[in-house]
Amino acid sequence: MESTNSIDHTLNHLFRQESGKMVSVLIKIFGSENIEMAEDVVQDALLRALEVWKFRGVPDNPRAWLYRTAKNKAIDIIRKNKHSRTIDFSDPERQLLTSEYTLTPTMNGYWEEAQIQDDFLGMMYACCDPEISPENQVTFILKSLCGFSTKEVAKSFLTSETTISKRLYRTKEYFRNHKIAPQIPSSEHIASRTQSVLSAIYLMFNEGYNSTHSEDLIRNDLIFQSLHLCKAMLDNEKTQLPEVYALMALMCFHTSRVDSRLTEEGKLIRLEDQDRSLWNKELIAAGTNYLFKAGSGNTFSTYHCEASIAHQHCIAATYEDTNWKIILYFYNMLLSIEDDPVVALNRCLVISILHGPEQALKELKSLGKDPILDKYYLYHSSLAAMYEQLEEKDLAIDHFKKALELTQSKQEQLFLNERIDYLRDQ
Amino acid sequence: MNEYLMIIRGGEDLSGKSPEEMQEHMNHWQQWMGGLANDGKLIGGQPLQREGKSLTERGTKVTDRPLAEGKEMVGGYIMVRANDLNEATDLAKGCPGFEHDCTIEVREIAPMG
Repeated sequence: MESTNSIDHTLNHLFRQESGKMVSVLIKIFGSENIEMAEDVVQDALLRALEVWKFRGVPDNPRAWLYRTAKNKAIDIIRKNKHSRTIDFSDPERQLLTSEYTLTPTMNGYWEEAQIQDDFLGMMYACCDPEISPENQVTFILKSLCGFSTKEVAKSFLTSETTISKRLYRTKEYFRNHKIAPQIPSSEHIASRTQSVLSAIYLMFNEGYNSTHSEDLIRNDLIFQSLHLCKAMLDNEKTQLPEVYALMALMCFHTSRVDSRLTEEGKLIRLEDQDRSLWNKELIAAGTNYLFKAGSGNTFSTYHCEASIAHQHCIAATYEDTNWKIILYFYNMLLSIEDDPVVALNRCLVISILHGPEQALKELKSLGKDPILDKYYLYHSSLAAMYEQLEEKDLAIDHFKKALELTQSKQEQLFLNERIDYLRDQ
Repeated sequence: MNEYLMIIRGGEDLSGKSPEEMQEHMNHWQQWMGGLANDGKLIGGQPLQREGKSLTERGTKVTDRPLAEGKEMVGGYIMVRANDLNEATDLAKGCPGFEHDCTIEVREIAPMG
């Protein structure tokens, strides 16, 4: 029983890691008009692995086994479709797949290690085409590159499987109609295109990190996959840009605190109340190292600022020891790069610590003109916290209630209700 | 542009070759055909299996082997585009089959109509 479990565990990780790579290579071989064909080959290879390994045990190099199986299936499909119009063989490289003189070496060329890595990243860039909406990008990445089932993607987004299927269908249509091939952009376009890839990874990460809603397993998977994708970019010379290092640093810092953010019952714990001994030191050290590498080059992105802020929190021995002045400096810098109301909101909380609740309240109120912020529960819970500090109990309760109306998260609701009860009892 | 057929005879007996030599030979095919494909000259082509049947005497006699054997046996074909027979012949000169003593006959494919 135990050995079956361990096989399942190994397989889950292996399959997730490798299926995306295999899909990318196969899309390159069959063309982006045949994404389903690529996915079917991978699915077949994985099922075949399960069947064979169940009886004979996992081979020494399971990865190579999977690739070989997928490759052989791809050869079968090419032979079968040599004269059909399903696959477009007009491309000179693909044309060599149609002759037995050159089929095998051409096919082997597609499966060379460096080629696989490039195709995988190339597929990430293809998925993050600016014409595809961010949520469709992440949906497709999770499904096709991270080996999530439609059900798991639906759980990650708190939506139905039908919605996810629709999103996937639209993205595949876009690929088909625009003949998008997996390709890492040329050096002149790489910086701007990398922006959208990083946003997608960060969106995915936040879905895992902030989603107090979904199951633990899915949440950790989303975090792990985001780190994995970002790491894949850092492992390739063409994509190891300063902003990629910065995002990696930021995600390491956030992840280091994952275990201290929730109580066992799933309640949120505020930063000042978190047990800092639970923070993962290795991840903090890794993040610091990445942040250091992010400093090379001239780029200074929002990720640099956010990572620097998260870094300050991670290295502070206690909440009181936090270097708030430096943090405020990074917030100001962040706002000068991008005028983001949520960032401005967080900045106000730093102001309250450095200059007191009155000053913070003043700035918060001026932010309230922003219609997005007025609908954001954290805005109201921040206002409430200021009123609480200023001992304006009724106003504090009002805003906590307003916040309560605006959040769907069970954990947030629990937290807010607790604050309201606490204030009422006073 | 006209179309030409290269009929490749003999020369693909790789028995006794090391895997390394076979690999190298395959790579040469890859390079030659890849070059043709890149230049837009390649139409297609396949090697043939060694087994076959021959029909003679107005189709009444069937023999369980290809008509010609050894150096004369047709081993494969490649179809190319070229301006004239001379260009097609030049293209054929790069064929890796020559490493194993094949012979090649280049013929223009009669245009339709």
